[in-house]
Amino acid sequence: MRWTGFWIGAALFLVLAYASTFMVTNTFFFFVGYVMLQFVVLATAWNILGGYAGYVNFGTSAFFGVGVYTAVALFKAFALPLPLQILAAAVVGTALGVATGMMTLRLRGIFYSIATVALVIILETFVVNWKFVGGAAGIQIVRPSLPSFFPTYEGMLFVVAAVLVVIAVAVARYVEGSWIGRGLRAIRDDELAAECSGVPTLRLKLIACGISGALMCAIGAPNPMYQQFAIPGAAFELPYSVSPLAMALIGGTAHWIGPVLGALLLSATQQYLSVTISSELSLLALGVMLVLFVIAAPEGLVGLLRKVGLFKTGTVRPSNEKGKGT
Amino acid sequence: MALELTVSGVEASYGAVRALAGVSLHVGNGETVVLLGTNGNGKSTLMKCLIGSVRPTAGMITLNIDGAAHDLTRLTTEEIVNLGVALVPEGRRLFPKLTVEENLMLGAYRSAARAKIADNIALSYEIFPVLKERRTQLAGTMSGGQQQMLAIARALMSSPTLLLVDEPSVGLSPLLVSQTIAAIGDLKRRFGLTVLMAEQNFNQALKIADRGYIIVHGEIAYEGKSRDELANNALIKELYLGAAAH
Repeated sequence: MRWTGFWIGAALFLVLAYASTFMVTNTFFFFVGYVMLQFVVLATAWNILGGYAGYVNFGTSAFFGVGVYTAVALFKAFALPLPLQILAAAVVGTALGVATGMMTLRLRGIFYSIATVALVIILETFVVNWKFVGGAAGIQIVRPSLPSFFPTYEGMLFVVAAVLVVIAVAVARYVEGSWIGRGLRAIRDDELAAECSGVPTLRLKLIACGISGALMCAIGAPNPMYQQFAIPGAAFELPYSVSPLAMALIGGTAHWIGPVLGALLLSATQQYLSVTISSELSLLALGVMLVLFVIAAPEGLVGLLRKVGLFKTGTVRPSNEKGKGT
Repeated sequence: MALELTVSGVEASYGAVRALAGVSLHVGNGETVVLLGTNGNGKSTLMKCLIGSVRPTAGMITLNIDGAAHDLTRLTTEEIVNLGVALVPEGRRLFPKLTVEENLMLGAYRSAARAKIADNIALSYEIFPVLKERRTQLAGTMSGGQQQMLAIARALMSSPTLLLVDEPSVGLSPLLVSQTIAAIGDLKRRFGLTVLMAEQNFNQALKIADRGYIIVHGEIAYEGKSRDELANNALIKELYLGAAAH
């Protein structure tokens, strides 16, 4: 797999993101941009387990929420700077991912998915009862002073999200092309056969869970700074679980670009509808688009682009449109 | 490398259904041993016990490698594969939505084989040239015979010393069955493998067998100490031709 082009693109993207903090004066741009990039990270992270291995995780919001509250707790206790909050959240996310994996990954198919739903409820209940981070009432975050090389707070958070996007996509791209991705695809195709061939299935699923969890938690960490408050009801909100899944499916799960495209398309549509009509309608749009894509383009945007010949990489690899055969 | 597989008194069941009722057999270094039997007599269950995907309820499976004994009933599939055991499963069980080359690479997770991936792939292509022509094709879109070749090549990717083959003839035309069995015989000679093959196609299996066993209702009903002994025993006629044994 060639990386030169990818890194040039990534560098260009980061330079543009940084430059925009000086050039764009409308802060609304950064509000919308931040949310879009946040979903790119979540969808990409979800796809590492859900897309490559076919293990559908309904607990993205659990990881996101834990990222949010790791940051809140560390900021309140030690006034840790944002980069360290993100790093700590990634470590907590890895541990949470691997621990959840160890408890649930022996369950196959739909049973694993049900277990991940429970995770959201358990962790949210825990945070609701944790007074130090504000409990059910939430907590106000007073932003620390802004580093001098950023003109605005919104701009800085936008750049932070952009950096996380580059990290998440690079990790997903690496996993996809490596022995890990190959093993995960084998698990999705036929887990029993993979096991019989000597593929270390449990270990690979745990690695995927850890990576996915780390990225989800990491992107949760800057969120309290962005919102200037944190409340369990919002941090563990259902859309954080449903949207990344829908975005990855709409974009296409077989290729790393799929979740990126899906997240950009879907979150842009949602933001547009929230502003012009209502935020409830944006959720409806998500549902409608998911249904449309499942019917008309089961391999997502990537599959659609391939069909018209605009996208060519390696093998035409059908995504798991038939679901997991277990 | 000296290798010896000893199965003694292995029992296994699926819920209330007993599939193996005390199977004992032995495979010596460099031998090709066949396990003959018609459908539903426990051949595949025994193969699954050997690779660790079905746990026996009683009995011992011991693999001796260079004097070190390993109890396979206590090891995971991954650990068994790491010892140098590879299974060509019944019905091939390829990864249909992955390419031929990816299927091959998935056979090479064993740490001893990971460094030799390029060599082993080249070797697979040399043995089965059709796989090279089709290396970017999805495995599920190939013919049955090609899939069987891929399944065998995938098993060889782990550089095994003991090759387990479960019913290579399933779903293949008579000509392909004969080619597949011949290929297994060639590979065995070429790499000095020890082979245990479960098969119901008695005539084809005998072509490469040194000796073998006949399994009936989860028990070893007959042990043939040579190819001739196997070929000329009455039980085979009874099982396959329906003639009463006198």
